[in-house]
Amino acid sequence: MGDWKTITVPVLSSDSKNIFHYTSEKKISPPSMNSQVLRLPLPSSKSMHSFFSAFCTEENIEQSISYLNRELTTLGFPSIYAESKGQELNLISIINCMNELLVLQHKNLRAQEEVEMQHLKLGSDMDHLQNCYAKLKEQLELSKREIVGLQERDRQLQSKNRNLHQLLKNEKDEVQKLQNIISSRATQYNHDMKRKEREYNKLKERLHQLVMNKKDKKIAMEVLNYVGRADGKRGAWRTDKTEARNEEEMYKVLLSDYEQRQKQLLVENAELKKVLQQMKKEIILLLPPQKQKPKERSEDGPVLSDLEEDIGELNKENMWELSCETVREQLTNSIRKQWRMLKNHVEKLDNQVSRVHSGALNEKDVISREDHELETEKLELEIQQCKEMIKTQQQLLQQQLMSPCDDDTTLLLQDCYLLEERERLQEEWRLFREQKKNFEKERRSFTEAAIRLGLERKAFEEDRGAWLKQQFLSMSTDYKHSENVTTPSAFLGSCDQDNQLVKSTSQRKPPCMLSGPVSGEPCQTSQYITRNSSSAASKKPAGDSKPNQWVESDKEETE
Amino acid sequence: MGFYVFIFLSTKINKYFLVSFFLFLRQLRITVWSLCTKSVSYIKYPKACQQGIAFTKDGRYMAVAERRDCKDFVSIFVCSDWQLLRHFDTETQDLFGIEWAPNGCVLAAWDTCLEYKILLYSLDGRLLSTYRAYEWSLGIKSIAWSPSSQFLAIGSYDEKVRILNHVTWKKITEFEHPATVASSKTIVYKEVEKSPSVETERLSFPPTRALASSLFSTQSKYDVSQVPVSLQHIKPVADRANPKMGIGMLAFSPDNCFLATKNDNIPNAVWIWDIQKLKLFVVLEQLCAVQSFQWDPRQPRLAVCTGSSKVYLWSPAGCVSVQVPMEGDFQIVSLAWHCSGDSVALLSKDNFCVCYLEREEVK
Repeated sequence: MGDWKTITVPVLSSDSKNIFHYTSEKKISPPSMNSQVLRLPLPSSKSMHSFFSAFCTEENIEQSISYLNRELTTLGFPSIYAESKGQELNLISIINCMNELLVLQHKNLRAQEEVEMQHLKLGSDMDHLQNCYAKLKEQLELSKREIVGLQERDRQLQSKNRNLHQLLKNEKDEVQKLQNIISSRATQYNHDMKRKEREYNKLKERLHQLVMNKKDKKIAMEVLNYVGRADGKRGAWRTDKTEARNEEEMYKVLLSDYEQRQKQLLVENAELKKVLQQMKKEIILLLPPQKQKPKERSEDGPVLSDLEEDIGELNKENMWELSCETVREQLTNSIRKQWRMLKNHVEKLDNQVSRVHSGALNEKDVISREDHELETEKLELEIQQCKEMIKTQQQLLQQQLMSPCDDDTTLLLQDCYLLEERERLQEEWRLFREQKKNFEKERRSFTEAAIRLGLERKAFEEDRGAWLKQQFLSMSTDYKHSENVTTPSAFLGSCDQDNQLVKSTSQRKPPCMLSGPVSGEPCQTSQYITRNSSSAASKKPAGDSKPNQWVESDKEETE
Repeated sequence: MGFYVFIFLSTKINKYFLVSFFLFLRQLRITVWSLCTKSVSYIKYPKACQQGIAFTKDGRYMAVAERRDCKDFVSIFVCSDWQLLRHFDTETQDLFGIEWAPNGCVLAAWDTCLEYKILLYSLDGRLLSTYRAYEWSLGIKSIAWSPSSQFLAIGSYDEKVRILNHVTWKKITEFEHPATVASSKTIVYKEVEKSPSVETERLSFPPTRALASSLFSTQSKYDVSQVPVSLQHIKPVADRANPKMGIGMLAFSPDNCFLATKNDNIPNAVWIWDIQKLKLFVVLEQLCAVQSFQWDPRQPRLAVCTGSSKVYLWSPAGCVSVQVPMEGDFQIVSLAWHCSGDSVALLSKDNFCVCYLEREEVK
């Protein structure tokens, strides 16, 4: 074994190969060498020999093998030594390990390639993203600038708006001021005008006076030939009476005018009311009651009834021609309500129509129409088929009825039917007779059994009596009088009971028989009877002694 | 010095009185002479304004505007005996005119154009209502009652006509008279000249009167213009008094269906409004400025004159321009219908002629 000398070798030096080349001994520590081996690329063919010889030489074969073995085992490969022996090398395992290592190497290379590809891709993505980022930043800048510009404009417009508002206010104030000025001037002018007018009047008066004074005689007109009134009367003086008359006439004129106007207004009013009522009626007629949903119907129901009531009321009231506020309001309110409803309805119809006419039809509507058509087709087919079926059936029926044309066949047919019925009846009769026989047998057996039972009972009673007598006699020395009275009654009672039982059974049989062909057995049961009946009634199912089961068995018989 | 104005009242009630109106030195004096009794009465201080005296349609009452001591008054006289019925003052600055409603129960009194104010008085002197449309601008220029007394049309200097209704005395609508007629429902008749068609064969010497007139006068006819039509609009000088602007003429047709107006800003046009629909119905655009128009008292037929020698007739059936067959110039400045509606008197400065209308439609 060679000595392992540890030499500190610089890691990843480019001269590592040379170092390997020039060291003849194994002077390199395994870990550092290991790392170096992993990092170095595959050596070129030239230095391969030297590279490989550097690790393993003739001296340290064993060590290098053991080292390799250690490494491989740590890496998870199987040992290259043969199983049992320590020194012998397992060639197969070595080759396997080599192969594994090659495969591993390939995998690693592929992985490396992939990683490099990904690296490239990521790099390009990164570039792309950076470009996008740069562009977006630019856009952001642009939009920021735009915003700033728009804000500036907005500010300017707002300030302009404010200015305009201010101007408007100023103008309004000016207008107001001017109006005030005008009004003050107007009052001033009016005042001056009045003053001047007064002056002028005075001057005119003066002038008139002067002019008039100049003339010698007044320029006046004289009426020469007075005209007399046609009726010879003199003219009326201006008296209070005439004044009163004038007033009266004036008021008459006014009143007649007012009355005329009022009449006109009343006529107009009445006409308008009539028109409104007509409209109301027509609106109510127009409102379709059937197309509305139940909820609406319920709403309209009371409304309509209200309306009808209103109409009734108003008609009544119009007969008296009341024109009070409430009636008028009622009428107008009801008409407004009705008009609103009509308007809503018309709007709904319009919407429906527009929906139908517009191109954007609902999918649902289209499909439903198609479905509808399909269904109608199907229904028509069905109808046709049914009709055909009916026809054929009718034909067959006709044939059935018409085909037996000669009498013999009909008679035969009739006879056939009758025969069928007769045979059925005969069957039934047979069954009935059988059952009757059976029941007779049973009855006889029952009566015999009952008689036997009676006899047996008698015997038993006699025995019992005898036994009791003996007992009594044996005990009579002790008890002489007290038991004598009680026991015979017990016997008697039991004897009576038995007798009654027998009687009852014999009595009960006939009614049971009459009730039907089925129930031949007695209705009441006791232990004795059931036992006997179970033996006698052969038809009964085995082991069935309960009375409830009879009904079921009867049923079986009838079927 | 002055001139006499005599008005003889020839109604049945008043055949015994003679009323004289004497205007002297801008002072009006009304004197009532009784022809039966020897009594004379004076009506003092009547106002010499444009429409200072108004008679009711049936002639029973006369309203006189008076001004005393710078205040306006109205006196109502019973025409049968000329007794004073009512005397009341009006709240006007300077009462400009009064007019009775055709039913004789309401008297409209309006103020000077400096103040837009119209007052409505009942026959017994009560103030029924006052209406003011606006302040400060020039106000009422002319008014017209509808024949049924239902409407009162007030034409003002702002080129609008406001219609008041007789129940509430409130404005129900106003009619504007813009220079551009834009409504498509309006018919605009434009008078156009048509060149005289003279057939050379018929020329003879000396020329007949008819021929002469036809040669030297231009015929005209009406054409229907397509809306929008822009009318000739004048803007009067702002610093002159009594400017030629505003609604100077108003007249209701006798059947209450139409109102004819004239906007002095658009002097060549006559506007005819449909009162039933309260909308502009027809505009007549003439070649010259309209001088006057008047409705036929019996039917809705309007006669218009423009100072030319043609009289223009409009009815809902259409309109026609009729040449007055006079030799020389005959400039019609005003016209007046006969109360039967069969004839119309056409007046020029010096002459007048009567135009007879046939019963059938004038073609």
